[in-house]
Amino acid sequence: MPGFISLKGVCKAYGSFQALHNVDLDVAEGEVVCIIGPSGSGKSTLVRCINLLERYQQGEISIAGVKVAPDRDHLAKVRANVGMVFQSFNLFPHLTVKRNVMLAPMRVRKLKAAEAETRALTLLRRVGIADQAEKYPEQLSGGQQQRVAIARALAMEPRALLFDEPTSSLDPEMVGEVLDVMRNLAKAHVTMIVVTHEMGFARQVADRVIMMDGGRIIETGTPKEIFDRPREQRTRDFLQAVLTH
Amino acid sequence: MDIFTTFFNGRVLVETLPLLLMGLEVTIGLGLASIVAGMVFGLFIALVRLYAATPFQVMAIVYIDIFRSIPILVLLIIVYYALPFIGIRLTSFWAAWLTLTLISGAYTAEIFRAGIEAIPKGQFEGSQALGLNYFYMMVDVILPQAFKIVIPPLTNNCINVMKDTALASVVAMPDLLKQATQAQALAANPTPLIGAALIYIAMLWPLVALVTRLEKRFKAGRR
Repeated sequence: MPGFISLKGVCKAYGSFQALHNVDLDVAEGEVVCIIGPSGSGKSTLVRCINLLERYQQGEISIAGVKVAPDRDHLAKVRANVGMVFQSFNLFPHLTVKRNVMLAPMRVRKLKAAEAETRALTLLRRVGIADQAEKYPEQLSGGQQQRVAIARALAMEPRALLFDEPTSSLDPEMVGEVLDVMRNLAKAHVTMIVVTHEMGFARQVADRVIMMDGGRIIETGTPKEIFDRPREQRTRDFLQAVLTH
Repeated sequence: MDIFTTFFNGRVLVETLPLLLMGLEVTIGLGLASIVAGMVFGLFIALVRLYAATPFQVMAIVYIDIFRSIPILVLLIIVYYALPFIGIRLTSFWAAWLTLTLISGAYTAEIFRAGIEAIPKGQFEGSQALGLNYFYMMVDVILPQAFKIVIPPLTNNCINVMKDTALASVVAMPDLLKQATQAQALAANPTPLIGAALIYIAMLWPLVALVTRLEKRFKAGRR
């Protein structure tokens, strides 16, 4: 049976550079999957294909049975069902924090302003920054901005969340607050695919860890399997390198 | 006659001032009408240039390049004197309006394109990932940010259009310059021309100063 998020034989090339080779992946509803691997291994490309920020050339991706295809109807469904959190936050700088969270529910879900506002404030409270609702993104710290970005993604009530290195551009002291929010989402059984360099987080929170290299999934297993008894030499080398830096 | 009675003749100026002010009204009307139309048209061309299917993009590029190359006076004369041969007869006001709009549209298209291209890719991706369609992405996210960036160059373009309205006097439109040359002939004295020059400066200097301030603030704001 295909998973809630299902990738079959996905290939993606930029010109002559093959970014993804035949990737198969099934993610169950409520599952937290962390993707690790060296930079340039195709982790980001993989999650960006799932909500079609990148087009893939071969294979098939589906989410809750809906094919991920570039035509207007499919695309709208996919993007509404899957939220994404970026490394660079991508908050809208001309809108207040509250407006950032309210925008998509009003435009896409057609919520009334009052409903969208209630939802925004609830979510901002959930990520611990309700008191910053009227500020602009640039007035917030990086960690706070990323938490707004998570609230903004949640406001669409997505059925799954994609995280593309959500803590990589944060100052070290702010990584924790963002990971805490993500940990709470995992506890609430939000389906999550997380590209990350935070091995501690992956070990602690992931149901499954996927190791990628050279555009392929090299190894997949529980955190224990991957971190304590990796089968592949490349996984061992990678973990060696990141854990002893 | 000394230079003051020739160029700064108070009596002549007072006598011809009503005429000049009538001309000013026409100049401002033509300028504003051309600026507004040119901006709307320019935004449209910019969006075609950036996002339409390839053949339309090529058409937009050709349009922009041609209308930035052609001298305004040449286009104005073609519109006013040549179009009647194919049955299109425009009054001097509308001929000048069309000319200025077509050319200002080409310039504003390039200004808007640069403004939109200056918006980081992440803003587009963030909008798309939230499920915003193209229309909302542009209206709610991209254009409000782009407008801020283009205000200084756009104001510059407004100044240019206001100055270029003076060319309309060639097709006998009773704008500020035309009224001034007429008044000069009537009074046999060039003071009205100086008066017109002073009016142009009084009208546009504030805008020029505004651009300078906006550019400074913009630089400071961007870090």
